[in-house]
Amino acid sequence: MAAENYSMVKALNEALRRSLEADPKTLVMGEDVGRLGGVFRVTDGLHKDFGDARIIDTPLAESGIMGTAIGLALRGYRPVVEIQFDGFVYPAFDQIVTQLAKMHARALGHVKLPITVRIPFGGGIGAVEHHSESHEAYFAHTAGLKVVSPSNPVDAHWMLRQAIASDDPVIFLEPKRRYWDKGVVDPLGEAPAPLHSARVARPGRDLTLIAYGPMVKVCLEAAEAAAEDGHQIEVVDLRSLSPVDFDTLEASVKRTGRAVVVHEAPVFMGMGSELAARITERCFYSLEAPVLRVGGYFAPYPPSRVEETYLPDLDRVLDAVDRALAF
Amino acid sequence: MTVESTAGTATAAVPELVQLLTPEGERVEHPRFSLETTPEELRSIYRDLVLVRRFDGEATALQRQGELGLWASLLGQEAAQVGSGRAQRPGDWAFPTYREHGVAWCKGVDPLNLLGMFRGVNHGGWDPYEKNFQLYTIVIGSQTLHATGYAMGITKDGTDDAVVAYFGDGASSQGDVNEAFTFASVYNAPVVFFCQNNQWAISEPTERQTRVPLYQRAAGFGFPGVRVDGNDVLACLAVTRWALERARNGEGPTLIEAFTYRMGAHTTSDDPTRYRIADELEEWKLKDPIERVKAYLVREEWADQEFFDAVDAESEQLARRVREGVRNMPDPDPTSIFGHVYAEGHALVDEERAQYVEYAASFDGSEEVGEGR
Repeated sequence: MAAENYSMVKALNEALRRSLEADPKTLVMGEDVGRLGGVFRVTDGLHKDFGDARIIDTPLAESGIMGTAIGLALRGYRPVVEIQFDGFVYPAFDQIVTQLAKMHARALGHVKLPITVRIPFGGGIGAVEHHSESHEAYFAHTAGLKVVSPSNPVDAHWMLRQAIASDDPVIFLEPKRRYWDKGVVDPLGEAPAPLHSARVARPGRDLTLIAYGPMVKVCLEAAEAAAEDGHQIEVVDLRSLSPVDFDTLEASVKRTGRAVVVHEAPVFMGMGSELAARITERCFYSLEAPVLRVGGYFAPYPPSRVEETYLPDLDRVLDAVDRALAF
Repeated sequence: MTVESTAGTATAAVPELVQLLTPEGERVEHPRFSLETTPEELRSIYRDLVLVRRFDGEATALQRQGELGLWASLLGQEAAQVGSGRAQRPGDWAFPTYREHGVAWCKGVDPLNLLGMFRGVNHGGWDPYEKNFQLYTIVIGSQTLHATGYAMGITKDGTDDAVVAYFGDGASSQGDVNEAFTFASVYNAPVVFFCQNNQWAISEPTERQTRVPLYQRAAGFGFPGVRVDGNDVLACLAVTRWALERARNGEGPTLIEAFTYRMGAHTTSDDPTRYRIADELEEWKLKDPIERVKAYLVREEWADQEFFDAVDAESEQLARRVREGVRNMPDPDPTSIFGHVYAEGHALVDEERAQYVEYAASFDGSEEVGEGR
């Protein structure tokens, strides 16, 4: 099969299919992942081809899904768990933080839990409450977990295959508002980069915009708009939230002297706080301005009719860019 | 089983309690559960019970002497653990709480392995695959889901292994335990849920967890539940064997409620005199799990004083070995904090380890790290 134009959903689906083919121990489990193919159709067709034993429709109980996935991993399986929506992961939070993240260390390395937890996350799709959350900081704060988020179909495909192949637990955050974006994916090719590396998505010399998942596209648009005003904005797609590829960030910010971090999650105690602190430590003498942050407000994710107010958009990113350039 | 509800209170009919050996040491038959035992096997069971109790007592003493930070005693629950432990085959897995020292013993786990976490030198650290005995789980009930998932894996592999998930009366209120029941039921997983109802969840009596006998909960999930005399090692052995056979034969999960009593405190940090009366303890002393086996062995003349003396001597040897082992258990190297956080490494862990090593080296041997400012 040559390279094809895939939506992110199809790119993820194809990644699951390849992973299931490559390793008979790989399983897919979650709510409605079987005949329905998942509420976003990411597992479409897998049940037909791989059957009940490997594509497992589970009872509607997230802690149960996570806990039994851990048991299956102890038995030598490699479960790929789907949590149906971001806001539904909290019933599984205890199993993720207390068991999944810590069991390898508790066992002094005797136990490995190669589990991938796929979670459609973020807003912008006009959903009801609990369907638009960005909870990456909770997971990134927990040692023992790795956290990644692709921004485009190519990364979605390859990063999922890499996450499944990893012997560590990986929280895989899928930007659901980008599920229908298209990109050219060649499943027979090779992964473009290691899983935990950042990528310069657009080179520039005046300021570095740092984003991941759904906000990369917004930042690329902002950089395009800023170019019309004569500002050369670099955009770094973080891709991995734990570990963070600080070397790529440092190199970029040392070139540009300015950085703005953008995410949907609330600014307060968000990824941007940690990134700003560490960039400041690494790039102090190169910085021309404080590292600024653009994100959600410190309020529950709002009803969809006002979510555009809550979500960082082109204008809010450009506003921060202007403020940083004004220093 | 009928449950009558009157004036806001639920009253269960007196539950059946499977018993094969009375507190007086009299062997009785049960219509559903039979057990063949040789004198040799009974002596071996007695030995297990005594050694496990002696080990447990030594650990309590070690805590009192400051060698352990904490100990969770199994005193009173020896029969439930030795009975269910001996029912397992080597290929079977046990998923324990933090109190299953007797099960660990039966699985062949070195008792010293259990003491590391209570001394504070590790969080468990043994290899669960060595004896098919999972690490102790402290958060209540979590392990029942791991056991169920593991059992689902056994089904996929098509082997006839089975799993025993241990938990207590308090855990029966946890969502995870009820989710484990659901998953095990719908996937027909080969798992035995072994609930040691020791009557107390720290200070809360079982009545604070349930208004029906716990074994009856199984019916609502679609699998059998059995209440067994948890101080009767033979009944625990027979019923667990039966449940494991069901699991192996593809008949799915079973809930066993081992009705027993926590003779000691919840842990060495607890003071049960604040919440329960001494009479209760005295009543349960008469149902001691070890005395009844000894009485049976004596009555049948299957063991003489020489045998009992030999077991006592062996238990003292075990206690000495445990005591020396704990005292000689080295503190971990500080850099072990950074070990095994990830299977495939993590840049931040590496960075912080290097920073710590450099920081520690800056003291240049003049003083211990941590003593300076």
